[in-house]
Amino acid sequence: MKKIQTPLTEKTIKTLKSGDEILLSGIIYTARDSAHKRIVSNLKKIPFNLKGSVIYYTGPTPAKSGHIIGSCGPTSSYRMDKYTPELLKHGLKATIGKGKRSKEVIEAMKKYKAVYLAATGGIGALLSKCVKKAVIIAFPELGCEAIYKLEVKNMPLIVINDNYGNDLYEKNDIK
Amino acid sequence: MRKISSKIITDIVKKLFLDINYRLPDDVLKKLQIALKKETNTKAKNILKQILENAKVAKNEKIPICQDTGTAIIFIEVGQDVNVTGGNLTHAINKGVRQAYKEGYLRKSIVSCPLERKNTQDNTPASIHIEIVPGNKLKIFVISKGGGAENMSQIKMFPPSTLKKEIIDFVVDTIKKAGANACPPLIIGIGIGGTFDTVGTLAKKALLRNLNSHNKNRIYRNLENEILNEINKTGIGPMALGGKTTALAVLIDGLPTHITSLPVAVNIQCHAHRRKTAII
Repeated sequence: MKKIQTPLTEKTIKTLKSGDEILLSGIIYTARDSAHKRIVSNLKKIPFNLKGSVIYYTGPTPAKSGHIIGSCGPTSSYRMDKYTPELLKHGLKATIGKGKRSKEVIEAMKKYKAVYLAATGGIGALLSKCVKKAVIIAFPELGCEAIYKLEVKNMPLIVINDNYGNDLYEKNDIK
Repeated sequence: MRKISSKIITDIVKKLFLDINYRLPDDVLKKLQIALKKETNTKAKNILKQILENAKVAKNEKIPICQDTGTAIIFIEVGQDVNVTGGNLTHAINKGVRQAYKEGYLRKSIVSCPLERKNTQDNTPASIHIEIVPGNKLKIFVISKGGGAENMSQIKMFPPSTLKKEIIDFVVDTIKKAGANACPPLIIGIGIGGTFDTVGTLAKKALLRNLNSHNKNRIYRNLENEILNEINKTGIGPMALGGKTTALAVLIDGLPTHITSLPVAVNIQCHAHRRKTAII
C-alpha cells in the first residue's frame, strides 16, 4: 500500500490511480453539509488554507474523556457535490467520503488535478484509531458538523476518482 | 390491569440504545463471517475484515460502531391490559433516548425543522410507533437508523397488473442506485401492500426480524430468496467495490391492500444493523 502525506502536491496527485489502496497521514479537515454551505458563501474567510488540503466528510460522535475523538467514519459525499468544484478551484486536492460523485465534481478534479478517496463506511470505531489529534477550528456551534483539524496516521483509503477521469465505482458497475 | 411504571420504560429504552450502538447483533456478525468466507475479491475481503474488526473495537472499547448513531426508532407493542403509570408513554420513551444519547456519547443527529435545520441537541424526538395488542406485556423494539441507508430507500405505488419481475427489478434498481451511500452489505426490509403510509412502516418493521427468519407465507418467502439472489448477482459487493455480498438478508412482510393498489416499500439498512428487543 502506498503511503501518502498531506498537504498534497500536484506531483503526488499524478501518481495516484483509481483503485489504488493508500495509507494517508498528516493534517486533514472535516466538513459536512452545513460547514460547506458556510465556507462557500464566504470564500474570503475560509478557516484553513485550502492549498493542497484534504477534506474529510465526517461528523464524529462526541469524544469520551481521555479519548481524542469518537467514532468517525465517512458520510455520503454526493451531498457536498454542489460545493466541491468551487473548493477544488481554490486549491483543495482531495476529498474523503463514500459513494459516487457528480459529473461536475469529476470534471473539476480533472481540471484542477485532485482526487476523491473512499473510506469504508460504518467502521467509525476502527477509523478513530487513525486520529492522533483533533481540534475544532471553526463553527463549534454546529456540534458534530463543526470543522475539525485532524492529524491522522495511516488512514486506510481507496482512490475512487483519479485526476485522469477514471471512476472505480463506474468500473465496478454491473449493467 | 398490569401496572408498568413509565420509569421502567425509560430505563429500558436507554439501556437498549446504549447496548446496540456498541454491539452488533449475533445474527449480523454471523452473516458477515459467512460472507467473508465466500468472498474471493481482495477488496471485498478487506472491507469485511475491517467491518468485523470494527465490531470488536466498538464492543471492547465502547466506541460507537458508526459515527451516525442514527434516528432512534422505536416500535412498541402495548398489551391492552397494561396500564402505564407515572407519566406519558411517549415522554418516557423520549427520555430514555435523551439519556442514552447523552450518557453514551452518541451523536445527536436530529433537526427540529427539515428546512430550518436546527439541531435539537439530544437526538429527540424519536420516531415512535405504538401498537395496542392483546395481553399484559409490553414489547419494545429499537433500531438506530443511519441517514445514509435511509436516504437511499424508496416507495413505489405499483398497479395490480405489475409482474413479479417488475417488483424485483424495482428493488434491485434501488440497491444499484444506492451504491456505496447505503454502506453494503445491506439488510433489505420490504413492505408489500397496505397503503402509502403503512407500507413504509411495514418495510421498516421487517428489519426487526432475525436475519435467518423467513416469512411464513410461501409467496413472500420465495420472493425473499429470489430478491436476495438477484441482488447478490449484481456484483456490487461490500462498499460497492465489487464482490458476491451486496445484501446479507431480504425480509419481506405483506399487508392486505386496495383492489387498485400494489404499494412496495424498500427500506435499506446498512451493515451496521443496530437493533434489539426487550419484553416487559
